Amino acid sequence: MRAPERIQALAAFVIKEMRHILRDRQTLTILLLLPLAQVVLFGFAIRTDVNDIRLAIVDAAPDDATLALRARFTGNGRFRIVATAATVDVLEPLFRRGEADVALVIAPGLARALADGTPARLQLITDASNPNTGTTMQTYAGAVIRTWQAALPGARQGVTIEPQVRMLFNPTLESVNLFVPGLIALVLTLVTAQMTAISLSREKERGTLEILLVSPLRPWQIILGKVAPYLLLAFANVVTALVAAWVVFRVPFRGSLLLLLAASTLYALVGLALGVLIAARTESQRTAMMGSMIGTMLPSTLLSGMIFPIASLPWPLQLVSNIVPARWFIVIVRGIMLKGAGVVHLWQELLVLTVMFTVLLAVAIRSFRARLA
Amino acid sequence: MTLAIEVRDLTRRFGSFTAVDSISVDVAVGEVFGFLGANGAGKTTAIKVLIGLLAPSSGSARVAGFDVLTQSEEVRKRIGYMSQRFSLYDDLTPRENITLYGGIYGLADAEIRARGDAMLNDLGIMHVADKLVSTLPLGWKQKLSFSVAMLHRPDVVFLDEPTGGVDPVTRRQFWEMIYAAAARGTTVFVTTHYMDEAEYCDRLSIMVDGRIAAMGTPAALKAEFGVSSIDEVFVRLARPATATAG
Amino acid sequence: MNQASSPVVLEGVRKTFGSTVALDDVTLDVHAGELFGLVGPDGGGKTTLFRILTTLLVPDAGTATVLGRDVVRDLWEIRRRVGYMPGRFSLYPDLSVEENLRFFASVFGTTLEKGYDIIAPIYQQIEPFKERRAGQLSGGMKQKLALSCALVHRPEVLFLDEPTTGVDAVSRREFWDLLHDLQASGLTIVVSTPYMDEADRCDRVALVQTGRILAIDEPGAVGARFPRPLFAVHGVPRHATIEALRAFPHAVSVHPFGDTLHYSDARVSLAPAQVITEVREWLGARGIAEVAVTPIAPGIEDAFMALMGDESDATTAGAA
Repeated sequence: MRAPERIQALAAFVIKEMRHILRDRQTLTILLLLPLAQVVLFGFAIRTDVNDIRLAIVDAAPDDATLALRARFTGNGRFRIVATAATVDVLEPLFRRGEADVALVIAPGLARALADGTPARLQLITDASNPNTGTTMQTYAGAVIRTWQAALPGARQGVTIEPQVRMLFNPTLESVNLFVPGLIALVLTLVTAQMTAISLSREKERGTLEILLVSPLRPWQIILGKVAPYLLLAFANVVTALVAAWVVFRVPFRGSLLLLLAASTLYALVGLALGVLIAARTESQRTAMMGSMIGTMLPSTLLSGMIFPIASLPWPLQLVSNIVPARWFIVIVRGIMLKGAGVVHLWQELLVLTVMFTVLLAVAIRSFRARLA
Repeated sequence: MTLAIEVRDLTRRFGSFTAVDSISVDVAVGEVFGFLGANGAGKTTAIKVLIGLLAPSSGSARVAGFDVLTQSEEVRKRIGYMSQRFSLYDDLTPRENITLYGGIYGLADAEIRARGDAMLNDLGIMHVADKLVSTLPLGWKQKLSFSVAMLHRPDVVFLDEPTGGVDPVTRRQFWEMIYAAAARGTTVFVTTHYMDEAEYCDRLSIMVDGRIAAMGTPAALKAEFGVSSIDEVFVRLARPATATAG
Repeated sequence: MNQASSPVVLEGVRKTFGSTVALDDVTLDVHAGELFGLVGPDGGGKTTLFRILTTLLVPDAGTATVLGRDVVRDLWEIRRRVGYMPGRFSLYPDLSVEENLRFFASVFGTTLEKGYDIIAPIYQQIEPFKERRAGQLSGGMKQKLALSCALVHRPEVLFLDEPTTGVDAVSRREFWDLLHDLQASGLTIVVSTPYMDEADRCDRVALVQTGRILAIDEPGAVGARFPRPLFAVHGVPRHATIEALRAFPHAVSVHPFGDTLHYSDARVSLAPAQVITEVREWLGARGIAEVAVTPIAPGIEDAFMALMGDESDATTAGAA
C-alpha cells in the first residue's frame, strides 16, 4: 500500500471510530458531562463551609494572654466552646463521644512567654474523621490564632502553632483549588485508558479485530486510528473541567493554557498507550474494564496525591506512587493553574511523563502483534 | 390423544411487526415434533412464548396442561430447555452443572447425586465429571446439556438447534437420546437446520413469515408436495419468502 | 496439476495449543480457480487452518504458502491479496451496511466504487437496505454483507470459515449459488462447513476431523471409500428397528439417515440379495412392520462416519 492509501485507510479508521462514539449516545453523554459533574460534585463536597465548630479548650494556667485568646474564639461566630478544662485528659472522651470537633491546648505560661519573647506553644487537635471538614476547621482555628497574634502589642512572632490530628486526616485538602487538577487527571484517565481499552477489546470480542489483522493495516494504524478520536474527546474534557472550575468555584488559572493543553496531551497519550496495553493483554471487554479500573483509575485516585498526600502514604505506597502517571500530571496541573509555573519549573515532571509514554508505547506495540495469540 | 402442547391462534407482535401470526399447533404426549422455518420466520419468538419468556399478544398456548400466560410458573417446572447458544456453564464442571440445575428445579441432594451419577455413567463421561466443561469436546457437551435439560424429568423438552456443528456420528447418537426420551413419554419440540434431521421427527411444521405454511408427518409432507425429501419441501415453501427478504 | 501453480499449499502443517493438537500433519493443495471444501464438525481444526492461511497464526511445524508466498515470511503481501470471512459475524453492528462496506474498502486501500463490479451480484441484493445498521439485518443478509466486505478489494483467494452455519437451508442454497458465480469469475475459494450435504457443492473436499485430514477427493468419489456394501433399511416403529438391527450379529454400523437407516454388513463378499433376505427375516421375527431393504451407494456422510472410525470419541449414546 502506498503512503496516500495508508493515510486514507487511517482516516477511514478514525471516521469509523468517531461513528462508534457518536452513535453510543449514552456513553457519549456521560463522557461529555462527566468532567462537569465531577467538578461540581467533588467541589461542593469539599467546600464544606463549617459553622458551629465545637471547641474544647485546655488551659492549664489561665492568664491574661490565654483569656484574650479564648475571647477571640468566643467572639468568632463559628466557634462554640463546649468545654474548658485544666488537663488534656478530658479531650479523649469528648472526641470519642463526638462532642467536640477541635481542641485548643495552651501550654502554661503563655503571658510570660510572650512578655519574655521566648517561644510559646499552642496545640490544635482536630477530629478529622471527616477529612474535608477537618481541614477547614483547622484552617479556621489557625486563622483565629493568627488574628489574635497579629493584635498582640509589638509584633511578637514567637508563637508556634502545632497542629495535631486525630484519626485519618489529610492536611493538604485545603480547598477546591487543589482538587480540580486531580479531577482533570481522573477524567483524562477514564476517557483515554479506560475507553480505549474497552473499545479495542470490543473489536476483539466481536471478531472484527480478526478481519482488521488480516487486512494490510499495520498495527500502528489500528492503534492510531483507535486513539485519535479519544484524544479529541480528552481535549474537550479538559476544557470543560477548566471552565466548570472557573465558573462555579472561581478556581484561578495563573499559568499558560497552551502549556496545560500540551501537558494534558502528553498525559492523554500515556493513558492511551496504557489502554492499548490493557486491551492487548485481556480477552474480553469485562476484563479490560476491570483491568483498567484497577490498573489506572484506582491508582490515579488513591496514589496520585489527589486525595491522600503522597507524604502521608506508607513508604511502600510512596514508592509505588512514582510509577503512577497521574501523580506527576497533578503536580504539573497544580503548578500551572495555581502557581503559574512554566516549563522551567515543571520540566522534570514533563520528562517523567515523556519517558513513561515512550516505554508504554513500545510495550503496547510489542504486545499488540500483527497476529493472533 | 392427550396433548402436551396446545397452541390456538397464537399471535405475537412487536410494534407494527407481527412475528408470529395466528398459529395453531397440537403436539401429542411423547411425540417428537420438528419446528422448522427460515431464519427470521418467527420460530424463536414462538418458542419464547411457549417457554414463558414472552407473553402472547393474542391467542393462547398451553404447555404440559398449563396456560403459558397465566400459569407460567407451573409450565416452567414441567419443561426442559436446551439451545445451542446457551446450555451449560463452561467454567463449571459437569458435576457442578448437574448440581446447579438439580438445585434450580428443587431436587433433593441425594436425588441429584443419584441421577447425576447415572447420567454421567450412561454418557460414559464419568472420568471427566470434575473437569471444566470448556475442556470437553463439543459432541460430549451437547449430549451432556441435553441430559441436564432432562434432569428434572420434564414433560416437554424444547431443543433449539441442539446439533449445530456436531459431527455426524454424535449427531445421530444425540437423536437416539431424543428417541429414548420420547419413548419414556417426554414430548420433544425441536428446531434444526439439518433437513435430514427433520425426517427423524414424528411430525413437523414449517414456518414462513410468521405463519405455519405446512404441517404433518414427513411422509405426508413429501407426498403432498410430490418431492423426495423434506429439504425440497422446505425450499418450495420458503423460497418465495426469502426472495423478497434477502 | 503441478503444485507450484497451486494458490494454496500446506505441507505437514502442525499446530498445538498447550496440550491440544489442533492440526496434525496436514498436507493439501488447492488448485487455481477451485471451489475447495473443508468438511467436518466444529473443533476439528478448520478455523485454525484458516487462521494459518490468513497469516493470523504461525504453524508449529510444516509450511504453508498462499499465492506462492510463505504465510510466516510474506504476511503483508498475502494480507493484501486474500479475502477472509471469519466464522462468526464480524462486522460493526452500529455502522450501516454501506458504512461497513466503505470502511473495509479503505482498510484495503480501495473504494466501494472501484470494487463495485466484483461485489455487485451480491451487494445489489442488500443495497436497498444500505442505510440500515448491520446489527439489524437478517441472518442471510448479514452473510451477504460480510461476503461483500471480504470481496471488495478484489482478492485472488477467498477464505470462508463456516459461512452457512446457523443459516436456514434455503439461504444456504442461495449462498452456495453465489459462491459458484464467484468461482466462475476465476476466484479460488476455500470454504469450510459442518454440513455434509454441502460437500456436493464443492469441486473437491477435504474431510477434517480432530485436526486430521481423513480424505481429500471429489465429492462424488468420497463415497467410494466406504469399505462395505451399504443398505437402506426401513421399518416401523423406527426406534425399535434401530435396536433390532444393531442386535443383528453381522451388523457393523446402523445409522439413521432421513427416514431410513443405513446399514452395513460385515460380510463384504456376501451377495446383497442374501443380506437383504436375512435382514428382512431378522427384523420381521422381532415384530418390525413395513420392512424394506435396498442396496444403496454410500454418500459423503457414510464415508465420513466410516473414516472417523476409531478416531471418534469412545462415548456411546445412552439414555439420561
